[in-house]
Amino acid sequence: MSKVNEADIRAEVREWIAANWNPDMSLVEWRGKLADSGWGMPQWPQQWYGRGLPLALARAVEEELSNVGAVSVAKSGVRLLAAATLLEHGSDLQKKKFLRRILTGEDTWCQFFSEPGSGSDLAGATTRADLNGDYWIINGQKVWTTSAHHADHGLLLARTDWDAPKHEGMTFFVIDVKQPGVDVQPLKQMNGHASFNQVFFTDAKVPAENRVGDVGEGWKVAMTTLAHERRGADGLPPPSKRGTRVGRIHAEERAETEKANQPYKWYPQRAGRVDLVIDRAKETGANRDTNVRQEIARLMIMAKSAEWTARRARAAQQQGRPQGPEGSLGKLAASNVARAAARVHTLITGTEAMLTGGASPRDGIIAEILVSVPAVSIAGGTDEIQRNIIAERVLELPKEPRFDTGPFRNVRKN
Amino acid sequence: MNASDEPIIEPKRRIQFAFTDEQEQFRSAIRRFLNDKSPTTEVRRLMATAEGYDPAVWRQLSEDLALPGIHIPEQYGGAGFGMVELCIVTEEFGRALLCAPYFSTAVLAANAILNSCTEAQKAALLPDIAMGTRRAALAITEPDGNWDPAGIEVVATRDADGYLLDGVKSYVVDGHTADLLIVAARTPETISLEGLALFTLDAHASGVERRLLEAMDPTRKIARIEFRRAHAKLLGNLDGGAKPIVRTLDQAAIALANEMVGGAQALFDAAVNYAQLRVQFGRTIGSFQAIKHRLADMLLDVELAKSAAYYAAQAAAADDPEWPALASLAKAAASETYLQTAIQCIQIHGGIGFTWDNDTHLWFKRAKSSEVFLGQPVYHRELLMQRWGV
Ligand SMILES: Cc1cc2nc3c(=O)[nH]c(=O)nc-3n(C[C@H](O)[C@H](O)[C@H](O)COP(=O)(O)OP(=O)(O)OC[C@H]3O[C@@H](n4cnc5c(N)ncnc54)[C@H](O)[C@@H]3O)c2cc1C
Repeated sequence: MSKVNEADIRAEVREWIAANWNPDMSLVEWRGKLADSGWGMPQWPQQWYGRGLPLALARAVEEELSNVGAVSVAKSGVRLLAAATLLEHGSDLQKKKFLRRILTGEDTWCQFFSEPGSGSDLAGATTRADLNGDYWIINGQKVWTTSAHHADHGLLLARTDWDAPKHEGMTFFVIDVKQPGVDVQPLKQMNGHASFNQVFFTDAKVPAENRVGDVGEGWKVAMTTLAHERRGADGLPPPSKRGTRVGRIHAEERAETEKANQPYKWYPQRAGRVDLVIDRAKETGANRDTNVRQEIARLMIMAKSAEWTARRARAAQQQGRPQGPEGSLGKLAASNVARAAARVHTLITGTEAMLTGGASPRDGIIAEILVSVPAVSIAGGTDEIQRNIIAERVLELPKEPRFDTGPFRNVRKN
Repeated sequence: MNASDEPIIEPKRRIQFAFTDEQEQFRSAIRRFLNDKSPTTEVRRLMATAEGYDPAVWRQLSEDLALPGIHIPEQYGGAGFGMVELCIVTEEFGRALLCAPYFSTAVLAANAILNSCTEAQKAALLPDIAMGTRRAALAITEPDGNWDPAGIEVVATRDADGYLLDGVKSYVVDGHTADLLIVAARTPETISLEGLALFTLDAHASGVERRLLEAMDPTRKIARIEFRRAHAKLLGNLDGGAKPIVRTLDQAAIALANEMVGGAQALFDAAVNYAQLRVQFGRTIGSFQAIKHRLADMLLDVELAKSAAYYAAQAAAADDPEWPALASLAKAAASETYLQTAIQCIQIHGGIGFTWDNDTHLWFKRAKSSEVFLGQPVYHRELLMQRWGV
């Protein structure tokens, strides 16, 4: 296929859909068909469940599927990060073993990167992997692991060489989560939800064939995963727009989405719910108070400017132009907006901010905002790390002197 | 007095800018007690209960340390100290996040009685409070959350042998466990600050319905109380009007400001401690200038808020005519500092600071709740301007 044309592709996929789509099939069966035909992930290579199409055409295919209300392949959670990592660094055996079941949604994945001792400094991981015959033996602890409680496989970054410098002594693995050596415990947050887990590895086993990339190349492989993660924000499935569609397949998909989203109900609240501010001011009468009006206006100016900055960054990217500094500011701007929004919500809510749960306004949403906002300036890279990135990479200011060079064994740790 | 920037009206007593040795010893004794009785494991245990306090600890702090009556004159069974000592207690309690009905009983109710009652009533009510055998709550604010007494709507109607209360109070600290209730209400057909007075009744009296509210800060319990033709007695007389209520709220604002700076200090200490322990990139995070500067700014905030809280307590103790304005000044300052310190303390802890098992959120929630309890910073800044005649 040298020259592909959008109209032809659309015609071809429409014909295929007409012959195959049936909402009363099981979800897995339909997704299997999508995967095998290459229409589920048309941008993937032809030999691995794709059609080697450019992204723009893959979008056209997606559109054709959604036009008839057909469900797509499984895309939520860490599974697409796993797939992208395996496509780039995995062996053929690994691709064969994992990719199809990723797309059908039969397997759920999680990501074992962050550790109690290494958060901002991800490359300081101390979970160890030691080769013993045909198996790597894993010992250590990971934390903040989304979905580990129901995941089948995990992407694992572990240390295999303690004498190499820290970025060079790690190796990347796929680990089976459902085995005796892996103990998953939910991690309760200050807002009462438990969206994450801490995971303890005690002589857990990884078959040698599940090593991804070379020994000592783990950081490089992890960078691929992280690059895809940054592109896809939280990796949460979008709210299903097919709420009213009938058929076995739609019911199964809704159940899947519901289950996947359950621990993350508070996510919108952590961003500060700027969208509620003006309505709240009106419903409480606080909109008549000049103090409150000023604070709302100040917040909206900040929030709108942040939104348009993100739009500028995206527009530049879409036109293939190099991103200006606006591309690195979004995370920091979001922290400022969230904190300011919590302040304004308190101002509007007044004494009722002493309440929580069902007693708090908007069925608890307001209280949840107040106790969830502190996450924004920490999750996904702290504000301080964002500022370092802006200063050192965007502004090219001199880098901080390093204290973590040389053999990792000798680097100061927690 | 020769310095031109000194206040024009001389207070009865000079403001002390340092605590006396006796006051420092008093503070140490309380701190030792709290280290022993109120570790965060206890705070967590008690905050999960409906009562929210440990009767044994309450008995000890009453009998061994005589704290509920610390500011109550000796003739009513108290220790006879004043506002400064009361604020040392609340500062230490705020630091340790002690779960006990102290703010309700000693700060709010005892002061309300002292500010409003006849000699006979004081002699009847205060000794039990000073001994800790009677816990009391003060009900002022109503479901609309307004801290200005002018907005009070609960009505007290004259009855053969007293008054009948009708209406709803809310955000009543320890209102669900108190033995005695003191209620701010107005006589029929009065508005604004006219016709206001304080009334008292047994918390178990008929016509009183109390309900524990779900609180942002589970270490300080609050209740909603509904009165339906509940028999109550007038405290003092009807000529007092809003004055005793306002005075009580101002004293409470100062005590709360001191409690808040105690909490802010605890958070600040935790942040410094963690910055010295936590290693990332082969060095302690406290070695990063970003963290150093933040901690330096936090110290500045905490010390400034402390100065305001201490000064306000001294001014009230000295009966400096400016003290009500300073109550608002101190409350506004402490509210912002406490919350900011809590936010920064979480930030310095990184992800761990957002977890339930880390103790930071206990103080964060107290900070959030105290920010609006007795009136938000905007409310108190406006009061300050009014009281300064601006
Ligand atoms: C709600 C939430 C969701 C999360 N979700 C995930 C997830 O899905 N997957 C995942 O892997 N992780 C997740 N995390 C973990 C998150 O990425 C880490 O918490 C974060 O990167 C910070 O690491 P840390 O917690 O170890 O803090 P630390 O790195 O120990 O930081 C402590 C403090 O030191 C500061 N600091 C550290 N290094 C520097 C420096 N060089 N210069 C200046 N200051 C510095 C930090 O800014 C912070 O204030 C989540 C965290 C939260 C709170």
